[in-house]
Amino acid sequence: MSESHIVKTAPHPHPGKLIIVEGIDGSGKSTQLQLLHKWLESKGHKVFFTEWNSSELVKETTRRGKKLKSLTPTTFSLLHATDFASRLYHQILPPLKAGMIVLADRYIYTAFARDVVRGVANEWVRKLYAFAIRPDMAFYFNVPIEVAISRLLRGTRGQFKYYEAGMDMDLSPDVTESFRLFQSQILAEYGKIVDEYGLLTMDATLEIETQQEHMRALVEAALRGYKPRRGTYGRRTLFWRRFEIPRSE
Amino acid sequence: MADARFFGDGLKYLDPSDLKGKLIAIEGTDGVGRTTHLEMLKEWLEVQGYGVMTTGWTRSNLMSKTIEVAKAGNILDRWSLSLLYATDFADRLEHQIIPALRSGFVVLADRYIFTALARDFVRSTDRKWIRDVFGFALIPDLVCYLRIDVETLALRVIETTGMNYWESGMDLRLGTDLYDSFKKYQSLLIEEFDKMALEFRFNVVDARKSPEEIQDELRGYILPVLQNHKPPVGPKTVHS
Repeated sequence: MSESHIVKTAPHPHPGKLIIVEGIDGSGKSTQLQLLHKWLESKGHKVFFTEWNSSELVKETTRRGKKLKSLTPTTFSLLHATDFASRLYHQILPPLKAGMIVLADRYIYTAFARDVVRGVANEWVRKLYAFAIRPDMAFYFNVPIEVAISRLLRGTRGQFKYYEAGMDMDLSPDVTESFRLFQSQILAEYGKIVDEYGLLTMDATLEIETQQEHMRALVEAALRGYKPRRGTYGRRTLFWRRFEIPRSE
Repeated sequence: MADARFFGDGLKYLDPSDLKGKLIAIEGTDGVGRTTHLEMLKEWLEVQGYGVMTTGWTRSNLMSKTIEVAKAGNILDRWSLSLLYATDFADRLEHQIIPALRSGFVVLADRYIFTALARDFVRSTDRKWIRDVFGFALIPDLVCYLRIDVETLALRVIETTGMNYWESGMDLRLGTDLYDSFKKYQSLLIEEFDKMALEFRFNVVDARKSPEEIQDELRGYILPVLQNHKPPVGPKTVHS
């Protein structure tokens, strides 16, 4: 059944590191990734951040599809795969090849969870994304649906996103209720994916600092042996070497 | 759980059992005269009383504009290009082809997924991924392949539409100029089409013959499909 999931088996050959976060809206994954980003930079790492946002091209197409009410589970899935392919090619691979740390807010597992709930075949969507590279670390921020909803309701965003709430699926005319129904199913899919792909599950109900401390410890351990491409620090070393001044350390 | 009417993993939210119509695909590289023959076939079938719907490559409501914009930018990687074709095809399959088949129409497809398979293979030399992606495609009742040699094709294209960037595979940097690139790219496509012709049992028609001869041959292949309810071409060889 799952004979050739490159994503599951082969690690990528590039010198950089790919760290990704997954979780539903309101899980706090973006906050955690942002804090990790700050920390890595403060340690002198070269970091590149990318998120699961639609490109202009796909955004416009999705808008057209929404207006015509013509997006099907398959075209929805294919459109996002197109976008992901272009992001992988243009944004993720170059910094990885340059030896940088790439942080991705959502990755292919978002598509596995969401597209299957929308109705495409489990096996098909996995084969569709077979060109993706396996992340070095994948975090899943697990949160009960009610916690996510209350965070989103009192959050700065103020409302649920149309597609995140599954409003096109006619689950409920009420956006909160639609979000609850749709995202509950997505949580169930994530549950399966965590086992299938060995994602690191984080308890997203804990305090922000507690989660971040845990995350940093895990990343630190995983980066042991990684030769960082340093920023100014590295250049300074080279500069002093020219004068044959022994390094102070 | 894959349905036998699909190439691979099908549209599991759709029931393909009530498709009464016939799906006929006309394949062939750029400039072999597919569209002209398709129009003639449509006319011929309608005179006989068949309901006919035609569907053309990259002509979906959802995607035709997107693909034009993307191609104008020339920034596409192999995956995005193939996935844009797949999205266009899925949109037409679900909104045009399947509803028409359900209503008993004869659907004439100007190119089918084999065009996408060939183009992706030429760019990647990997057959598996793109075939998996198109697993949701219906297996046609008949595939006719208008075959031409690259020399004749080059002359024909120069005489008519002229060579363009994408038909010449300029993104692949195969040759120094448009002409060289066109010939190399189209040769590779023809080579892959020839392989698929055997694997998927296309009915091969020599596109160098006169239009009347070609049309007669095409009609000769189509008639039995409409008369007998023959089973679609076998899916077993698809993943070999």
